[in-house]
Amino acid sequence: MNATPITDQMAPDFLLAVEGLTVSFDGFKAVDDLSFYVDENEIRVIIGPNGAGKTTVLDLICGRTKATSGSVKFKSTELTKLKEYEIVRKGVGRKFQNPSIYDDLTVFENLEISFPRGRGVLGALAFKRDAEVRERVQHVAETIFLADQLNRKAEFLSHGQKQWLEIGMLLIQDPELLMLDEPVAGMSVAERKKTAELLNTIIKDRSVIVIEHDMKFVEDIAHKVTVLHQGKILSEGSMAKVKADPKVIEVYLGH
Amino acid sequence: MQSESFTLRSKDLIGVLILAALLFVILPAILDPFRLNMVGKYLTYAFVAVGLVLCWGNAGILSLGQGVFFGLGGYCMAMYLKLESSSIEATKIQSTPGIPDFMDWNQITELPFFWVPFKSLGFSLAAVVLVPAILALIIAFALFKRRVGGVYFAIITQAMAAIVTILIVGQQGYTGGINGITDLRTLHGWDIRTDGAKTILYFVNGGLLIGCILLCQFIRRSKLGRILVAMRDKEDRVRFSGYDVASYKIFVFCFAAALAGIGGAMFTLQVGFMSPSFVGIVPSIEMVIYAAVGGRLSLLGAVYGTLLVNWAKTSFSESFPELWLFGLGGLFIAVVLLFPNGLAGLYRSYVEPRIDALFTRKRSPGADAAPGAAPTLAE
Ligand SMILES: Nc1ncnc2c1ncn2[C@@H]1O[C@H](COP(=O)(O)OP(=O)(O)O)[C@@H](O)[C@H]1O
Ligand SMILES: [Mg+2]
Repeated sequence: MNATPITDQMAPDFLLAVEGLTVSFDGFKAVDDLSFYVDENEIRVIIGPNGAGKTTVLDLICGRTKATSGSVKFKSTELTKLKEYEIVRKGVGRKFQNPSIYDDLTVFENLEISFPRGRGVLGALAFKRDAEVRERVQHVAETIFLADQLNRKAEFLSHGQKQWLEIGMLLIQDPELLMLDEPVAGMSVAERKKTAELLNTIIKDRSVIVIEHDMKFVEDIAHKVTVLHQGKILSEGSMAKVKADPKVIEVYLGH
Repeated sequence: MQSESFTLRSKDLIGVLILAALLFVILPAILDPFRLNMVGKYLTYAFVAVGLVLCWGNAGILSLGQGVFFGLGGYCMAMYLKLESSSIEATKIQSTPGIPDFMDWNQITELPFFWVPFKSLGFSLAAVVLVPAILALIIAFALFKRRVGGVYFAIITQAMAAIVTILIVGQQGYTGGINGITDLRTLHGWDIRTDGAKTILYFVNGGLLIGCILLCQFIRRSKLGRILVAMRDKEDRVRFSGYDVASYKIFVFCFAAALAGIGGAMFTLQVGFMSPSFVGIVPSIEMVIYAAVGGRLSLLGAVYGTLLVNWAKTSFSESFPELWLFGLGGLFIAVVLLFPNGLAGLYRSYVEPRIDALFTRKRSPGADAAPGAAPTLAE
């Protein structure tokens, strides 16, 4: 199969190159010698049964979990040795599986905190809510359908709106690689459609890795699909190809 | 948005003005110098409580060792004052004149090296803020960089309070031991024991407290303040938005420690001594209770909580000294269970809405349609 390009022709061509990535929790290998490559402006969807290690892969890329071995190269910078906030500042944004927003702050403030300026203690103290910040917040709020909710406390948003807000918090960072962990989980059909629309507008000029279960949604957005099973890649390629793969049908799609 | 932050700011300011009126006009008018000095003493704890509002209320970092920082500030001040009252003439009956009396009693014949710089007033005043802040920095750096937080952090700060107390009590010759540093007389030649001096110190203390509150309000209104709240809610989200979370925790913990140090120094000046009984676990927990009773999210609430609990403590322990600790414990449990936002929470849910209603009724109907109706992003 063509799922594993040869190692020495990689780095500069890919935005993200994951190679031999392994993590074991007390001997249990949640991610096992994983290699995959994400191109610029690609939407990659990772699917796989529960416990396959999908979330853990994102954790490893963004530095939340330290890899036991292997490498993660982002624009030829090795990420596994960097701190979380350094990885973010390199241009990697990550959305968590459960909406992770600041309940006690307003939608505006949630977005403003994610605006990439004044990230040091003194910078935060001196931070001014200037025209640039207001415009960016307004612009992102419109993109995520929350322009009329800016002064609302985030805890009063609906579940779907919270998911959008967190996506918005990533957008305002303008990351080159955006990683979304089950962005439409728990959403209504209408919200899913809107989210697919949203993802299609925000992928311009960036790469996206999405973990998702909803096959309809995956088909709508994916350029390439990676199927994960027990910490390993089971299959990789276009949706049509993956769907036709007998191994995939056996463990995942055909139940 | 603009108008909302404006009303917030003016509400903050009105609260401070009311507190200032209470501290500078009402209390001095109705209290005799002795009682006023007592309130002054209570208010020195308010520095700690105000710091706890930022550190615990806003950032979610509970410290059970603030007494240490209060004490260190107090000791730095006391060391200066003690050296000033230990001149060669004043101590000529000692076997080694010119050193503090308790050193002489402990057969120490030379001023220890770390006491020497405290001959300078400038150094001592700087030390009041810096010594607590540096200790806080060391602890915060060691723990927050390793992601120790929550209950573990609280327990470690409590252990620190125990250790520092034992150290102070044990090193009698260098610290004055269990009795502390006593018999303090003058500040740069100015006798601090007179009623007049105590009244002046009361006003200085009040002024400093108001200044610290304004500084805290500034921090809370800045993005830094919002990051502290965000960190308390969703630490990982802040981290993965590109912030070094540990550095924010270190900052707020050191800041609270510095405030506590100022309070300690003002305590020493107004009360005339400093001892380990203000350093240990019990006073540290009491200081948390002041903030809890006042409302751990309210800077002004913390001041009123401090005054109220101390007033209760004084009246209570005058009549039933042995019952006070039970009373205090009961108060804490009651606050936590029934009024988690303390006095400030009660004020916000019962008093403030009425005041707001009063004001909106007076305003023209056109004026109050604007806020909240639309997100007024444009200036
Ligand atoms: N920090 C951790 N410690 C121990 N086990 C973990 C940890 N994180 C994940 N796991 C385990 O790794 C496996 C993969 O988990 P996860 O990546 O969350 O799966 P998915 O997102 O594909 O459903 C699961 O069996 C999970 O229990
Ligand atoms: Mg998962």
